[in-house]
Amino acid sequence: MIETVAILVSMVLAATPLLFAALGELVTEKSGVLNLGVEGMMLAGAVTGFAVAASGYGPWAAVLAAALAGAALSSIFALLTLLLLANQVATGLALTMFGIGLSALVGKPFLGMPLEALPALPIPLLSDIPLLGPLLFRYDGMVYLAVALTIALHLFFRHTRAGLVIRAVGENHDAAHALGFPVRRIRFSCVLFGGAMAGLGGAYLSLAYTPMWAQNMTAGRGWIALALVVFATWKPLRVLAGALLFGGFTMAQLHAQGLGIAVPPEFLAMLPYLATVLVLVLISRDATRIRLNAPACIGKLFHPDD
Amino acid sequence: MQGVTPRLILKDITKQFPGQFPGCRANDGIDLTLLPGEIHALLGENGAGKSTLVKIIYGILHADEGEILWEGKRVAIANPAAARALGIGMVFQHFSLFESLTVAENIALGLDKPGKMAALASRIISVSERYGLPLDPSRPVHSLSVGERQRVEIVRSLLGEPRLLIMDEPTSVLTPQEVERLFATLRLLALEGRSILYISHKLEEIRVLCDRATVLRGGKLAAFCDPATTSARQMAEMMIGSELTSPNRHPEALSEGEALLEIHGLHTTSNDPFATNVKDAALSVRAGEIVGIAGVAGNGQAELLSALSGEVLLPEPGMVRICGQAAGHMGPRARRRLGLAFVPEERLGRGAVPEMTLADNALLSGYGSGGLVRRGLVRFGKTRRTAEKIIERFGVSARGYGSQARSLSGGNLQKFIIGREIMQKPRLLIVAQPTWGVDAGAAASIHQALIDMARSGTAVLVVSQDLDELFALSDRIAVIHGGILSEAIPAANSSIERIGLLMGGVYDQEGASHASA
Amino acid sequence: MLRLEARPHPSTAALLLSPVLAIGLTLLAGLILFALLGFDPVKTLTAYFIKPLDSLYGLSELTVKATPLLLCAIGLALGFRANIWNIGAEGQLIMGAVAGSGVALFLRPEHGAAWVLPAMFLAGALGGMAWASIPAVLKLRFNASEILTSLMLTYVADLFLRWLVNGPWRDPEGYNFPQSRMFEPDAIIPPLLDGTRLGFGAVLALAVALGGWFLLSRTFLGFQIKVIGLTAAAAGYAGFNSARITWMSLLLSGGLAGIAGLNEVAGPIGQLTPFVSPGYGFTAIIVAFLGRLHPFGILLASLMLALTYLGGETAQISLGLPVAVTSVFQGMLLFFLLACEVLIRYRLRAGR
Repeated sequence: MIETVAILVSMVLAATPLLFAALGELVTEKSGVLNLGVEGMMLAGAVTGFAVAASGYGPWAAVLAAALAGAALSSIFALLTLLLLANQVATGLALTMFGIGLSALVGKPFLGMPLEALPALPIPLLSDIPLLGPLLFRYDGMVYLAVALTIALHLFFRHTRAGLVIRAVGENHDAAHALGFPVRRIRFSCVLFGGAMAGLGGAYLSLAYTPMWAQNMTAGRGWIALALVVFATWKPLRVLAGALLFGGFTMAQLHAQGLGIAVPPEFLAMLPYLATVLVLVLISRDATRIRLNAPACIGKLFHPDD
Repeated sequence: MQGVTPRLILKDITKQFPGQFPGCRANDGIDLTLLPGEIHALLGENGAGKSTLVKIIYGILHADEGEILWEGKRVAIANPAAARALGIGMVFQHFSLFESLTVAENIALGLDKPGKMAALASRIISVSERYGLPLDPSRPVHSLSVGERQRVEIVRSLLGEPRLLIMDEPTSVLTPQEVERLFATLRLLALEGRSILYISHKLEEIRVLCDRATVLRGGKLAAFCDPATTSARQMAEMMIGSELTSPNRHPEALSEGEALLEIHGLHTTSNDPFATNVKDAALSVRAGEIVGIAGVAGNGQAELLSALSGEVLLPEPGMVRICGQAAGHMGPRARRRLGLAFVPEERLGRGAVPEMTLADNALLSGYGSGGLVRRGLVRFGKTRRTAEKIIERFGVSARGYGSQARSLSGGNLQKFIIGREIMQKPRLLIVAQPTWGVDAGAAASIHQALIDMARSGTAVLVVSQDLDELFALSDRIAVIHGGILSEAIPAANSSIERIGLLMGGVYDQEGASHASA
Repeated sequence: MLRLEARPHPSTAALLLSPVLAIGLTLLAGLILFALLGFDPVKTLTAYFIKPLDSLYGLSELTVKATPLLLCAIGLALGFRANIWNIGAEGQLIMGAVAGSGVALFLRPEHGAAWVLPAMFLAGALGGMAWASIPAVLKLRFNASEILTSLMLTYVADLFLRWLVNGPWRDPEGYNFPQSRMFEPDAIIPPLLDGTRLGFGAVLALAVALGGWFLLSRTFLGFQIKVIGLTAAAAGYAGFNSARITWMSLLLSGGLAGIAGLNEVAGPIGQLTPFVSPGYGFTAIIVAFLGRLHPFGILLASLMLALTYLGGETAQISLGLPVAVTSVFQGMLLFFLLACEVLIRYRLRAGR
């Protein structure tokens, strides 16, 4: 039983970086922008967070720095696609490649350095409940933050005017513009938010999940986060469910050996990627569902004077 | 109305866009006066400057010269929010609606101070009922018909308590009965002292509704008249500036040719939640005749047209027969080989590729005939010559075969596309919305071209929202509503009122809705 | 205040000059980057971009590195033109290398034969095509985004390769290193020029570039590709078969990537290792854009980006510059290019 709890806890930990990144991309996409640079932004956050923490500024400064790094990188994307009207797919790819390279460069001096993981923040009293305690209430601050953000975003899009406006911009940017909404400014903010969140996701990897820096350590999680947003049909609560599912897949490799499954480790490592493909296929088949839920303007160019 | 301060005075409004030739301005020295409680028509054909003028009033554009007086005081209207603050509301021709959001959410987005949702919902219900435009605040917009969507736009404007309401071509998407309902609403608003600026080119409606009319032509103020004492023909001539000629229909040339298009039991099965599927349609079009299909957008025309053109395949091949051949399983390429030509409703983005030249666009549908492609290779000399021929023969105003399609005006592009299809000498020509947004001169030549095609033996099918156009062109008219295609009756035996009822889904006693060839 | 105003026609000048401007800006940014890293900017720039080219061997190495880029980029560009975004060329490259290596390791007659190398090339192409057919099927049958599926499959391919060289295909006499046996001489591409590593692959790449140009600009198929990419609804109206074009472009780019992969292992490396490619499949995307999706531009762009790889190696050896700078350069180049492209369709104007 304890092992089950341990496995479930590890799923939550594995899910957290995905959750941050996917929630951020969800907001970006809701406003009608497709930012494929999540992988690059996560790495930027990971290396920045690690660098700041390893230089002795404390974990929370590191987390903040990581968010800023992700946002900074996403601002390049925003500048190119929103102001200079560059193709969103190409720009997102460029961002990923740039982020991979830049993080490798910046992280070079930090390779192999040890770091203390983010401290756990057990909630008093609740964390002592048998079974449920360790399962739900003994995590570090970032896990709680991710869950809190999930709920906050759900309420934001359902019940606030700002959330409604963002949904409108993503649905029909020409109509929103005709109604007088500053489409580009709104999208800019959403892109920056997405970048900051991706940075947080990356920071979780290098500060808490496996406290270290290694080149390319996100190993495709940014891309998985993109698929997660589609899988969740752009709804925050479903992103949480999806992230947990994928957290499970990522953990399969580690736990399979413990569970006595004799499959070569490389094949187990393939699981999250194959699962992503499967999930994409399942969700994309239902074109009606996608049509009803996807922000209609996603990826389309917007020029106010055209 | 002595001594009443005019609601709005425009003096000498002038606006020129960058890239326009000098001497050719969108608005050139226009004066306009609106009184409280007046319904004032703004007339002009497409491109005359009506849209530009109202955009200046609503603050979307700014005039280069001239002044605006609102209720006696000089104002500068910086943007739509400022216009609304003054008390100016506008209902656009193209709606600013968000399909996946509800009516209440759409309206909330258009209001500067929406307030709480629950209170807004009850305001929507009360205002919409008061003016005869009932709405359910919780319905998603994608489930509304076009007429209902316009109500959302109108109610949104009305909630702002406007003292001037501008309506831009409101009736182009309505059935005649819905038009009556709209007019009742507008008259009620006028009685309350609001001014209404009504933009339209539908002359009979203006004669019924409006107190006074201002006519624009080529950006300038052309005339000013009283619709009650001016005939439609006279107003049309003020708009065009010359004598109006109706197309020559050669009624003596009508003959009973073979059926080149036969639709039988056609139904479409689209999964798209926003689509209207066609149910059990039947129709035939003979060589030498023009059949028109009337209907308001969203009733299955798009689905029917895609099924006829081959862009969407049908479950059974026999549902569509072209020149006698069962074509339901054939794609556009094969159907063109049978003799089909098609002019779609969307010009840029379906009928033509905007970024490509006219020569390349000539290739777009012409590759199967005229030797434009040989052994897999494109013969560029031939595509250029073909484009030149189209430009010359159909009077397309363009800088040559190398101009990009998107640099052409709407009317010229339509002339090019129709010309391209006609040059392929089709046996069956299907045209959707032939003169939508096209100026009167081009529209007349397009109508004549279609009639000439028919008289020389082609079967022509025209799908349009414009009843005047359909009655001017068609030998027989059918109506599509909710995916159901009515019987096609000779135009001479019908009337606008009867067709209008069918368009609104009201069937008369003879069961005219029952589909038969 | 500056604003963008649409041009009535796309500017031909900007079309040709935007890559040049982008390269210039990248070099400028590079100078700043080197200074920030504590290196002498001019010396480093010289080491990076000029020194590699000052010998025949250097030029041949440039071509060796440009070959896989050119092969992949032509295939990718044809797809991008049709709005089909194959991001998984790296994975297809790996699988091509794997397939070709399979032939090299297991399917040769004892005493060698002339058909071994052609068979390897064919296997490479088929391996890449097979791997690219997966995203094609998923897109056509299930509407799944080829961007994500092809990318996920790249990770899978990489792991598959690792399993092969760590497991079943590991060289028993290789001291437990993850690598396959060395290929026999008849399974290694002979150099065209003695003393260099320049092989047949380069000639093939040039032929592919020529073929790509002809296809795109002269054939009706090329016309269809362009229409599909520009206006999908017009392609439907014209009756073009988008599904066929999707298949064709994915299989073509997969096949070309597979050949590129095979060319790498059977040429310069001579065995199958986990490091078949330093990201050629991804860099090819940049090559495609830098070349403005036009085969001749791609030819030049592949040389330019090959230079960044070469320069990275040279600068690392002579000055200790970290190799990661290469990816930074490549990313920056694409950024600047995308930024400069706006000038093709829009003009900068002052005022309102």
